[in-house]
Formats: sequence, C-alpha cells, structure tokens
Amino acid sequence: MGDDLYREQILEHYKNPHHFGELADADITQEGDNPLCGDVITLYLKLDDGKLGDVSFRGRGCAISQASASMLTDMIVGRPVAELKSFPTKDLLEELGIQISPARMKCATLSVNTLRVALNGDSHEEED
Amino acid sequence: MIQARAINATAVRADFPILGRTINGKPLIYLDSAATSQKPAAVIDVMDDYYRRYNANPHRGVYTISEEATAAYESARQRVAAFINATSVKEVIFTRNTTEAINLVRYTWGRVNIRRGDRILLTEMEHHSNLVPWQLLAQEVGAQLEFLRIDDQGLLQLDELEARLDGVRLLAITHQSNTLGTINPIKAITAAAHRAGALVLIDGAQAVPHMPVDVKDLDVDFYAFSGHKMCGPTGIGVLWARRALLEAMPPFLGGGDMIKRVKLHEASWNDLPWKFEAGTPAVAEGIGLGAAVDYLKNLGMDQVRTHERTLVDYALEKLQEIPGIVLYGPRDPEIHGGAISFTIPDIHPHDLATLVDRDGIAVRAGHHCTQPLMDRLGVPATTRASFYIYNQPDEVDQLVSGIQKAQKVFA
Repeated sequence: MGDDLYREQILEHYKNPHHFGELADADITQEGDNPLCGDVITLYLKLDDGKLGDVSFRGRGCAISQASASMLTDMIVGRPVAELKSFPTKDLLEELGIQISPARMKCATLSVNTLRVALNGDSHEEED
Repeated sequence: MIQARAINATAVRADFPILGRTINGKPLIYLDSAATSQKPAAVIDVMDDYYRRYNANPHRGVYTISEEATAAYESARQRVAAFINATSVKEVIFTRNTTEAINLVRYTWGRVNIRRGDRILLTEMEHHSNLVPWQLLAQEVGAQLEFLRIDDQGLLQLDELEARLDGVRLLAITHQSNTLGTINPIKAITAAAHRAGALVLIDGAQAVPHMPVDVKDLDVDFYAFSGHKMCGPTGIGVLWARRALLEAMPPFLGGGDMIKRVKLHEASWNDLPWKFEAGTPAVAEGIGLGAAVDYLKNLGMDQVRTHERTLVDYALEKLQEIPGIVLYGPRDPEIHGGAISFTIPDIHPHDLATLVDRDGIAVRAGHHCTQPLMDRLGVPATTRASFYIYNQPDEVDQLVSGIQKAQKVFA
C-alpha cells in the first residue's frame, strides 16, 4: 500500500488542484496551517441558501496536504452547510485512498480541520 | 603516542547493531545523526550490564552494588570531564539533555544576573532550545533579546559583533548549526564577548559529537551538550560551567541528593556537581554516556571530524549536480559540519523524505527546530542529511539517486 502514497491521482490533484485560487465574494475565508510542516492553506467558502454554493482554496505545502485540499473541495461543493459542520475526517481519508503514516496525518487532515474551523469557529478536532 | 588512524566506516558500522537492519527491504541508510546518533554495542552493553548486575541507587548506599553503581556513574563523569578538557570533574553537571542544561542556566545564573534592560545576544541560527529559554527569561525579568544576523552563505555577520555586544550580559550561541552545518568560530567570538564584559554560553549539541571540543581552550563560560547525539543514550546531557560560576549559582531543582543538610524550614546545598542534580540520576544513561565517550575517544575526535569533512565535501559536490537544488549553509567544508540542508524545486521536503524512505534512506524534513532561521531563509522547511562516523560516500550516492527518483515521480 505504501507505494501508492504518491499514486497518480494524488499527484494529479497536487499538480493541477481543483478549485484553486481565491473567491472574491467569499462569505468565509479561513486560514489553516501546520507550523510543524510548513503546510498552509486558505479556504474560501461561498454560502448559498444553507448550502455551500462555491468553494476554493489557496495554499502551499506537501503533495499530501495540497491534494487532500483539492479533493475536499470536490467533495463538499454544493452540500448542506449543516452537514459539512461535522464533515467526517475518515471520508476524506477514504477518498485519498492511501495509507497515511502518523507523521503525515496532520498533512492529510489540514484541509478538513480548516473547514471545521471555518464553519464552527473552532476545529472540534475529532479524536482518532 | 599512538598515531590515530583514519576512520574506517565499514569497520565502524559493524559496531552498530541497528545498521544491520533493512527498511522496505533495503539496507538502512541513516542520514539523521544530527537528530540523534545510533548507538554502538559497547554503549548498549554497559547499560544492559548495569541493569543485569548492579542496578542500585547510587550515592550513600553502603552495600556492594550501590557502591558499584556510584563508582560507574562517577567514573563516567570523569571521562566526560576529560573528553572536553574540563579543569575539574566538579564542573560537569549531568542533565537530561542540552535543552535542560540551557534551562538550568536560565533558571539559576540567569534569574540572578539578568535584570531589566539587560541584553542577551543570540543569533538567527539558534535551535529553539537556545532561543525559547531566553525569550522566557527576557519576558520574566524585562531583558532584551538581540540577534546576530547571518549572511546568505549561512555565516554569522561577525563584522557586526563588537557593536552588537554593547550592553550585553550574555552571549548564547550554537557551536555548530544543526540546520546549516555552519561551524562558528567560538574562540574568537568568546574573546570579543569577554572584552565587552559578557559571559558566553555555547550550545554544543552538534559540536561535541563531531569535533574535538576543549572548553578550556575555547575559554567559554557555559557549555551544553547531549549524550544521545554522540553515540550515547537519550536522557543524559551535560552542562559544563566554570567552577566559580557554579559555586555562586543558586540550585536548580530541589530534592534529594542536591542537599547537604535539611531542616524543616531550610536546607544547605551539596557540593558540586551534585548541588545541581536533584533526585535519583539517570544512572544507566550516565554509564552509557561514559562508554560513548570511550568509543569516540578510541576513534579520535580529529579523525571523526576529518571523516565528516570528507563526506560533506563529497556530498556538497554530488548534491550540486542535482538540477534546481538549493543548498543552504557554507560551501567551504572546512567550516561546514556534517549536516547539509537543501530544497528541491516543486517537491516539499516531507514528500522527498517520504519518497527516499522507500529506499531505506532516513533524512529529516521540516524546520529542524529553527523556525526563525527558516523565516530568514524564506522557506517553510528544508530536507536535511546529516552524517556521522558510520556513513560512507556510497550512501551519499544513494541519497542523490533517491532524490533523482523523487524528481521523476513529481516531474
């Protein structure tokens, strides 16, 4: 499984991230970082009648952190905000579909933790 | 006099059981000795022997195995003292590690001697362990922190030193940068600091394992280092300080062993070095450090330094051939210790470290506990390869081909 860590889909998201850039009319802008790794992302959320009308992100960091942010944007756009407030980390990890070592878990979950802060005001970080 | 021989890394490797391991089916290539060194069997064995044959609380025990434990622990202290050419064994305080040694100075000498408005001079290349304790002290007493800057080669801008020393009470500086590999000219810096009336504390965590260190010759006032980076175990470190300073300093932690006489409302302190060693010490670790010192002494610290300089020279040359690589730190191997930091365009250091781990190569990626230095370099993180006595040029070659493979993955 380890050899799939940089499988094509992850590298593709890293090189050509989806929903990348700034949303000029975002309702919520939330920065998140892993000071230990130097991964940073900013999530831009546009709300529309209780749903996530649009989403984008900017960031820099390792392939895992940036690919996971890209995948997350695909997963959450258009969904009800109430639902996204408790978006399960495991859903994103399943989408990543790779074995994440404990040392890299913070990279893989940066985007979803940032989403939780954006919608709840704090991370309510799930204990694993 | 015995003529010391050049280090034969192949022979040295046989002394380190862990180097027989494979990672992902490949032989372990350990390039993270700046974080912690591997341990020779000689160190592991003496610690094991202590637990199997004479485990006892040292000092004051009147029975045989306690006396044996005391003798072994104190003999380790003597060997450490000789290793750094301390004037007296009383000047060698065992701590948990470099960090604790520096914090000991902060809490004892620092609290008494650093006052509101005083200046503490540090550098931009300090490890957090020689930065955060002084931030805390400065906040506590209202002192000011000043920083010697580095140039683009990762060298201290020493032309500014004399001007920056004005009003400085303490200069706290690393002997060798754990991130850049820069070896600082401590003797000259110390002389300038003393002329300006400042005391000098050296973070020697990256120096004592890798080069001859003579505290008397350097003429410094405090010198801190860790056992685990010099073939010894974790949990044991050293603060060396001038005896007069130690005599005048109040104790650090209070408790057993550091006292002479205790009454209900007061106590008097034990003699040096035990005045600074409260509680049951790390006996096995101390004994292990003694064996580590013997091991390094047998190799010869001049030879250790020569071996690493050769490796660094080779690695700098080989790494430079990688397209786009950015190398940090001095180009001159004469002032570049055994740690090399670099970045590869478009590959985050964590991805690089993960990818080369597939080939059994252990390198560190991150800020290396030098976040202000990362800010200065303008990068969030670097990859660092660091060398020791058991590393060989072919491991540098493997690293280079590992990086090239990673570049293909990310191409």
